[in-house]
Parts: sequence; C-alpha cells; structure tokens
Amino acid sequence: MKLLRLAPENTKFGFMRFRRVSYPLSATLSIISVLLFLFVGMNFGIDFAGGTQVDMRAKSGEAHIAEIRAKAESLGLGPVEVQQIGSNSDVLLKLNVQPGGDAGQQTAIAKLREAFANDYEFRSVDAVGPTVSAELVQSGTLGVVVAIIAVLTYLWFRFEWQFAVGAIIGTMHDLLLTVGFFCVTQLEFNQTSIAAILTIVGYSLNETVVVLDRIREVMRKYKRLSTAEIIDMSVNAVLPRTIMTATTVFLALLALFFLGGHVIRSFSAAMIWGIFVATYSSIFICSPMLIYMGVRADAPERTKEKDADATSADTKVKA
Amino acid sequence: MLRFATWKLASVLALVAAAILLVMPSFLPAETVDTLAAKLPGFIPLRQIVLGLDLQGGAYMLMQVDDASVIKSQAEALRDDVRQKMRDGKIALSGGIVTQPRGVLVRIADPAERQKAYELLQSMSQPIGGPLAGGNGRSLEVTQTDAGVQLTLTDAAIADKVRHAVTQSIEVLNRRINAMGTKETVIQQQGVNRVLIEVPGLQDTTKLKEIIGQTAKLDFQLVADPGDPPNEVETLPMQKGGGTIQVQKRIMVDGEDLVDAQQSFDQQTGEPDVTFRFNLRGGQKFGQVTSENVGRPFAIVLDGKVISAPVIRSPITGGTGQITGNFTLDEASSLAILLRAGALPAKLTVVEERTVGPGLGQDSIDAGKRAAYVGGILVIIYMIATYGIFGIFADLALAVHILLIFASMVLLGATLTLPGIAGIVFTIGMAVDSNVLIYERIREESHLGRSVISALDAGFKRAFATIVDSNVTMFVAALILYLFGSGAVRGFAVSLGLGIITSIVTAVTMTRMMIALWYRRVRPSRLPI
Repeated sequence: MKLLRLAPENTKFGFMRFRRVSYPLSATLSIISVLLFLFVGMNFGIDFAGGTQVDMRAKSGEAHIAEIRAKAESLGLGPVEVQQIGSNSDVLLKLNVQPGGDAGQQTAIAKLREAFANDYEFRSVDAVGPTVSAELVQSGTLGVVVAIIAVLTYLWFRFEWQFAVGAIIGTMHDLLLTVGFFCVTQLEFNQTSIAAILTIVGYSLNETVVVLDRIREVMRKYKRLSTAEIIDMSVNAVLPRTIMTATTVFLALLALFFLGGHVIRSFSAAMIWGIFVATYSSIFICSPMLIYMGVRADAPERTKEKDADATSADTKVKA
Repeated sequence: MLRFATWKLASVLALVAAAILLVMPSFLPAETVDTLAAKLPGFIPLRQIVLGLDLQGGAYMLMQVDDASVIKSQAEALRDDVRQKMRDGKIALSGGIVTQPRGVLVRIADPAERQKAYELLQSMSQPIGGPLAGGNGRSLEVTQTDAGVQLTLTDAAIADKVRHAVTQSIEVLNRRINAMGTKETVIQQQGVNRVLIEVPGLQDTTKLKEIIGQTAKLDFQLVADPGDPPNEVETLPMQKGGGTIQVQKRIMVDGEDLVDAQQSFDQQTGEPDVTFRFNLRGGQKFGQVTSENVGRPFAIVLDGKVISAPVIRSPITGGTGQITGNFTLDEASSLAILLRAGALPAKLTVVEERTVGPGLGQDSIDAGKRAAYVGGILVIIYMIATYGIFGIFADLALAVHILLIFASMVLLGATLTLPGIAGIVFTIGMAVDSNVLIYERIREESHLGRSVISALDAGFKRAFATIVDSNVTMFVAALILYLFGSGAVRGFAVSLGLGIITSIVTAVTMTRMMIALWYRRVRPSRLPI
C-alpha cells in the first residue's frame, strides 16, 4: 500500500534564514493586533460586557428581523441587536446592559417575554448583570496569566531558561495574533473564547516543547554544530510530525466549525486560527530566539551571527 | 519492546470492558436503564452521563444576598431590642431611638441617664468568634456622644449575618422549590454571598422568580389610631388596588412562629384563601393581641405590603387563622408555599440568569454528535492513509481513548456540556499526536539504519519524554481553565484534561501492545511505515 506523506522526507530547509522575514512580519502583525485591540476593540459578548441575549425561533414560518427590531426598540431597552442564526426562523436578540444594576436585566427579560412570547419560542435566555460580567473579565484574564506562568515554570525546570524565554515570546505572539483575529473578524468574544485562548496557549507550548525537546537532544549529540545548524536540523526532523498533528487537529476542528452549531462556531474558528499561528510561531519565532540568546550545549563559544550566516549559505534549500 | 506481561494485556482488556459497561447506560433510553436497574444487582453501576443544562435544557440562576437589606433588617432588629432594653431598665428616652444606616442612635439629653443607658447597652455587644472577625471581635460598637448613645454594627457582625443569611436562604429556597414539585434541583452556595440555583427542564423562569424572589416576611401590625404618636406609625402600600394604609410600627406577631400554611377556601364566599397555624408561642401571642384589640382592624403585611386589614371580631385563641385578600387560586397556593417555607432572611437579587429550552439543547447534542462523528472519521481515514496498519492501531487506541473519556466522566459524575463535546472533538485530533510522535520517531530511527525491532524500541523510548513534556503543558492549561472558568466552560476543561490523561494511556500503552502482538505474528523484515 502506498502511504500518504504530506511532509516531504529528510527535508533540509534553512528555517533559521527566514527569521529575517518572520521577525519583522510577526512584530508588525503583533503591533497591528495591539492597535486593533485598542482602537477597534473586540466584539465582547454578554459574558464580559453584561446584558441580555435571547435566542428565539418563530413558532410558525420565518422570523421577521425588521419587525422584531422595531418591536424591541419600542420597548425602551436601549440599542437592540438582532441577527439571524442558522435557519430562517432563528434569530438572536441582544440588549446592552440595562441601567438599574442587576435588577435592570430582570425587567428587560420580562418585557421581552411579554412582547414576543406569543409568536416566538424562547430557545435560550442569558442575562448577565454588571457584577458578574466584571468578575468574569477578572477571572478570565487571571486564568490566562496564571496558565502562562504555570506552564513557563514547568518549562524552566525541564529546560534551560533560554528555552522558557523562547517559549514565552512564542506564546505571547500567538496570544496577540489571536486577539487580533477576534478584532478583525469581530467574532463574539465570550467565555468559550477564553477556553479557546487557553487551548491555543496549550497547543502552542505543546508544539514548542516538541521542537525544543529535539533541539536539546541534537545539541547534546552534535556539539560541534552552530546553534542555527542545530535548530534547522531539529525543526526539519520534527517537521513531518508537526504537519501531521496540525492536520489531524485541523480536521477535527473543521468538523466542529461546520457541524458543531452556532453556539461554538466562534470557538472553533479561533482554534483553527490558533493552530496555524502556533505551528508557525514554534518554528519561526520561538526556535530562532535560541540563536539570539546563545544557548550552547557545553560547546566553546563562537560568534553566533557569523555562524548563522554560514549555515544558511551552506544549506541547500529544497522548496 | 516485545515482552510485556500477560497480566498487563489482561488488565487493559478488563479496563476496556469496564469502560464499555460504564458508558453503555448513557446510550440507552432512560426507561430501559430504569428497568435494567430494577432487574440487575445493585453493585453494577447503571449511571447515565450527567448532561449540562445547555444540553438537557433548564434554568440556571445566580442570586446574590443583598448586603444592604441584611444591614437594614439588622438595624431594625437592633432598634427593637434597644427599645425593650430601655423599657426594662426604666430609662426615659428624651428623643426616642433613631434608626441609622448601620445602627441606631438612642437620644438621651440627661448625662446621668445617658451614662446609665451606656452601661446597659454595652452588654448588648456580643463577642464574635473566628480568625477573620474584625472590630475587636464584638458585634457592636457602643459609644457615648453629646446627643446620646450610638450603637453601630461592626463589619464582623455584618459579615457574620450575611454568612448566616446565605445558609438560611439556601434552606428556605430548598423548601420553596421542592414545594413547586421540580426534580433534581441544585441549590448551593457560591462564593461568600451568592446562591446558585439550577433547575433542569425549566424554561420559563417567571414562576420560579416569583417563588424565590420574595422575601415572604409576614407581619401582623395594628392599623394606626389617630391618637398614636407619629414616630410610632408608618404608611404602607396595599398589595392590591393601590392605595396606602397607616399602621403601627410595632410588629405584634410575625411569621416566624408559623408552623403550617395551606391554601383553602373561604367558608362564606368560597374564595381562595390561606389557612395558617401558629406554634404554641405564636398562638398565645396571637390570642393575647386579638383579645386585647377586639374591634380594631389588624393589618396582615407581606414584605412591607398590606394584603388585607380585617377587623378583629373576636379573640382568636386556637392558634389558627385565615388570610383573605381577593386571591386567585394560584396566588393563594403560592402564598401558602411561601409561608410554609418561611421567610428569606434577606432580599436576593438575580445577578446572572441562563435558560436553555429542550429544543436548543437537543439541537446542540445532535450538532455535537455530528461534529464528533465526522471529525473522528476524517482523522481515522487520515491516520490509515498515512500509517497503514500502524494507523489502524492508532485508530483503535483513539476509539478506546474516547470510550475512556466518557467512562471517567460517568465515574466522576462530571457534567457533559456543549463546550465539553467540543473538547472531546479537539482531543480526537490531539490524541493521535502521541502516536504520530512515536511513529515518526520510528521512521527516523529506521532511516538511520536500525533493524525493525530496534527502530520500534527506540521510537517508543525516545518519543515518550517528548509526549510527557508536551502533554503536561496542555494539561496545565486545562487545569487552570477548570479552576478559573465557570459554567459550561468548565465542561471543556474536564473533557480536555481527562482526554490528555487517557490519550497517554491509550496511545502509548495500547499501541505498544498492539504493535508487539502484530510483530510476533508477522515478523516483518521491514517497517510498513
């Protein structure tokens, strides 16, 4: 049986040469992400912004979006967002956080029920008051920060500190680009998005660890090679696995994106983006960091830059 | 590589069999499981996986005890106690007792009397235990000023009361919601001052909010006479039909002494009403008050609103009575439930509410299943296409991996949510990673010129450290998500975390066994990957 190989075998790509391209590119994208976050912002769902969200289905026929909007706006509940989800009969209605503290949301739900309960089935109702949404923001942020610190502590114990620094830069890069992704797509950012971000952090570090593990192994074996050569050799060695795993995860997420329903679509989309970014950063961002930080496995110091240049010149690129 | 003890193989097979037994009930209809449970001996676990509210439909509500209302009722109780104390001590109050936001001020102009009152009132401050108790560990701060004696509730006393209010609220809510006849309701404390309520199957929360939203504090107060001093009188709204009524501030009897309340019908008019019964103490008090005030209207006050104010025709000494108030049947039975369950010690505000109808829940289950099947099949095909027979081994391990996630969720009683299903689908893609790491390593070692058996051996050995390292990072992310996440997102953390553990077991141990068995039978001269 002829087996499928997505990754060519025994590759000798000069990955480290690309850092001249990948670093400015990633730096630019990261800065753009920060700017987008500051000036465009994310589309925060009610989990974090507070407010009320109702998933309604017309009891018969199609849902009339314009009619729903007009009726909802006449209730005096502030701006109303109505959008179609899934089939023609399903709509999602969103209200901003209501004045009057936590009790305000309750009045809003009562008004909506009164106005629409005759013609529409209320498939789900979510109301998050200002107290809870503020706490969710806090615990979400804290969660991401603690996760990163915990994982880095582990890496610091298992590897040399330079590896941990490389990993943190790679992870921050993935985090920023995911934030940028949410800003550009304006996908709703909610609690499952935090789950997506933490999973991306996990996946990104997972990728990084696999590469770093190999770098450490090669470093011990070939003490005469330059750091760039070692990294290139390692990345090439784990490349088939990297591509393979990214593909299987991608396939699973693709199914989730198209078939998993609208409730987790933004989660799946973010994850798919995250897989690509994490794979890219583990090869092009995290690993080259080691060159700059001068990790050597007990070998005599050499001029790093010169070495790197020599390597890339020697390497035959089979693209 | 080739040698492994038979008992290891046996225990893996036993594990799989046990997992199948654990998981099976979840895929049978609930009625079948019930009949099976009746027939089979009790030690066989027949548990179905717990579905989250987002999948089975239901209502989730997070209520917060209103600190301000706790403080207010404490200040009011303090005022009543102080008045009693002053009466017992025969101290003349020149300016009455003023209720303040966090305490009371007893106005006494005469310095000697004030000193007497100060000494007397100091005995009201109780010690409060606990390492967190501030305010010198007392419940009250008693100070003397030019105006009189100032009593202020300490932070420790308020925190203590809020804590009590939460536990007490949970008891009362339990009684109320059970009386509604809902099944499997969860009522538990969240954080310091919150109560979480989960009612599976409930969609319209209006009725639920009616039942839990009311404090249901029942008071009997005499309607004011024109001659009553103004600071002893308050104006209360009528519950129905608008309008207000003036009543004496003093609460003659309250709902605390009620032992029973039932919806009934007025014997003359046939209208729905509520019959209540007092305990001995309440009955005596009620009898005494009604005997002393025959001919006067007696206001029945619920949560500060007057239900009705019937005239006392004759002393009511039997300890039972009726509340009439133009009730509908529903209102009368709700009131009976509320009175039976007792009053909430404080007002509860809904701070978060989520309801999912059964339709959307079922849709989510179907969508999740479809995604899992399609994702699984894609990964299975891809693995076979890439690794041939080794791919089949990995796929078998993958199947067991999913089985084990479900089994451990059943065993732990963990809840499956929609993000949880997403987590399982994600681990389908992620679980084969360990196999991929091993197989690619085997290929590499084989390219270095090793024999088949030594390549297999080296592949497993060298890949293992990487597998552990890379999975630890993922597991930490899942763990943190579990600790910091809330609601359905925790479900994702659970399935992701369990999935990481089971994937190491299946992808490493099981594949290794399968490959070893295969090698013994086939004795291949070259690797098939």
